[in-house]
Amino acid sequence: MSASKKEIRVQPIENGTVIDHITAGQALNVLKILGISGVSSGVVSVLINAPGEAGNKDVVKIEGRELEADEADRISLIAPNATINIIRDFEVQEKKNVEIPRHVEGIVKCINSNCISNSNEPVASKFEVRNLKSGIELRCDYCERVISENIAEHLL
Amino acid sequence: MIDHILDTAEQLEDIARNKEQSDILAGKILAVLFFEPSTRTRMSFETAIMRLGGNVLNLGSVDISSIAKGESLADTIRVVAGYSNAIVLRHPMEGAAKLASEFSSVPILNAGDGAGHHPTQTFLDLYTIRRESHLEGLKIALAGDLKYGRTVHSLCYALSHYGADITLVSPEELRMPQEIINDLKNRGLNVTETDSMESAIKDVDVLYMTRVQKERFPDDAEYQKVANRLKITPELLESARSEMKIMHPLPRTTEIDPGVDATPHACYFQQSFYGVPVRMALLALVMGAME
Ligand SMILES: Nc1ncnc2c1ncn2[C@@H]1O[C@H](COP(=O)(O)OP(=O)(O)O)[C@@H](O)[C@H]1O
Ligand SMILES: [Zn+2]
Repeated sequence: MSASKKEIRVQPIENGTVIDHITAGQALNVLKILGISGVSSGVVSVLINAPGEAGNKDVVKIEGRELEADEADRISLIAPNATINIIRDFEVQEKKNVEIPRHVEGIVKCINSNCISNSNEPVASKFEVRNLKSGIELRCDYCERVISENIAEHLL
Repeated sequence: MIDHILDTAEQLEDIARNKEQSDILAGKILAVLFFEPSTRTRMSFETAIMRLGGNVLNLGSVDISSIAKGESLADTIRVVAGYSNAIVLRHPMEGAAKLASEFSSVPILNAGDGAGHHPTQTFLDLYTIRRESHLEGLKIALAGDLKYGRTVHSLCYALSHYGADITLVSPEELRMPQEIINDLKNRGLNVTETDSMESAIKDVDVLYMTRVQKERFPDDAEYQKVANRLKITPELLESARSEMKIMHPLPRTTEIDPGVDATPHACYFQQSFYGVPVRMALLALVMGAME
């Protein structure tokens, strides 16, 4: 059995991006972080709970769009093991791991309801990202409250 | 940096006491933006700028200003920055001062942002300890509401720059959060907890009292019980060291018996006065009149 038969459950794409090894169950949140919704143009396919070598994973394939590094890195907040594959002419041309950014803006909502970033001010939420042994922690630039669990639940 | 601010405050103390005159901030305007009531902090900032020859621009009442019409803090700040040389801000939401600093063309002084920070209080506490006791090798007991009291949390963090032996005295329900205690220990402070005032005050240089709020307790009886246990009286002070100083951010309720005021231990009114030279120092430094 060839690898391609086992792996590629959707039609091969000609040009675009394959986000592989997404933490199982996080594919829709990945789309959210990337701002991809039904109204975006282009075909997007999503595999949820696909069997992989290291347990189940999600995969997102975006046709006709090559993700920029800073876009890709935001994904690391919820899927630190994701890999970004840039496809050109049906072939994987570039492959890289997502890197945990030091700082993120406008992706997550502060969990402190009394934080100024949750009021009607013309600012984006901003967090310092810390990569600890226990996982990823976000610290609000404004109120300094820390989000250490369930980051996906606080996506804007 | 902290020491430099405290040194500067000390240089300005005679001006704060009106023993000397100064006009180093002549022609400068301090905008005072208080979105929450305050007497001490607001008045001591106003005194501070006036003692240095500058002027005050007051927001006035929040409910008749443009804020009541829904103006954002960001816009208010941009406007007021155009009228002044520095802005003092007190706001009910955490992070307000940080936000203000992003929109302001003049320095912002945080006079309290909700449950966040109140740094000028911490500076004046440190200054008081330095003037009335000593910062190096300090033994301090903190008593009262150590759970919600941001003043004591900030002070403990600030003391970690100097090293200190800290004794925490509080009822079970108002103990300092364990994360903070761990943090302080990691920063090299010695921290012990007790619920007995008697044992805590025996061997300390400073006793820092805070208010215990009625609202924190299910009923009045429960509150009274705790309040009585944490009350400091002249009798209790007999076991204290003679040079021990009592501080309190004020206003006090029943936790310090008025009989204590006449003892050499009482230091809380000096403490509130020291808010003036400390805020003078901050204003002179941020407005560039001193280096
Ligand atoms: N042309 C393509 N169209 C769609 N998906 C592709 C294409 N080429 C590779 N992929 C997918 O991109 C991911 C990375 O591909 P590859 O580098 O071949 O595998 P791996 O990372 O497992 O070694 C895999 O999930 C694979 O199925
Ligand atoms: Zn926040």
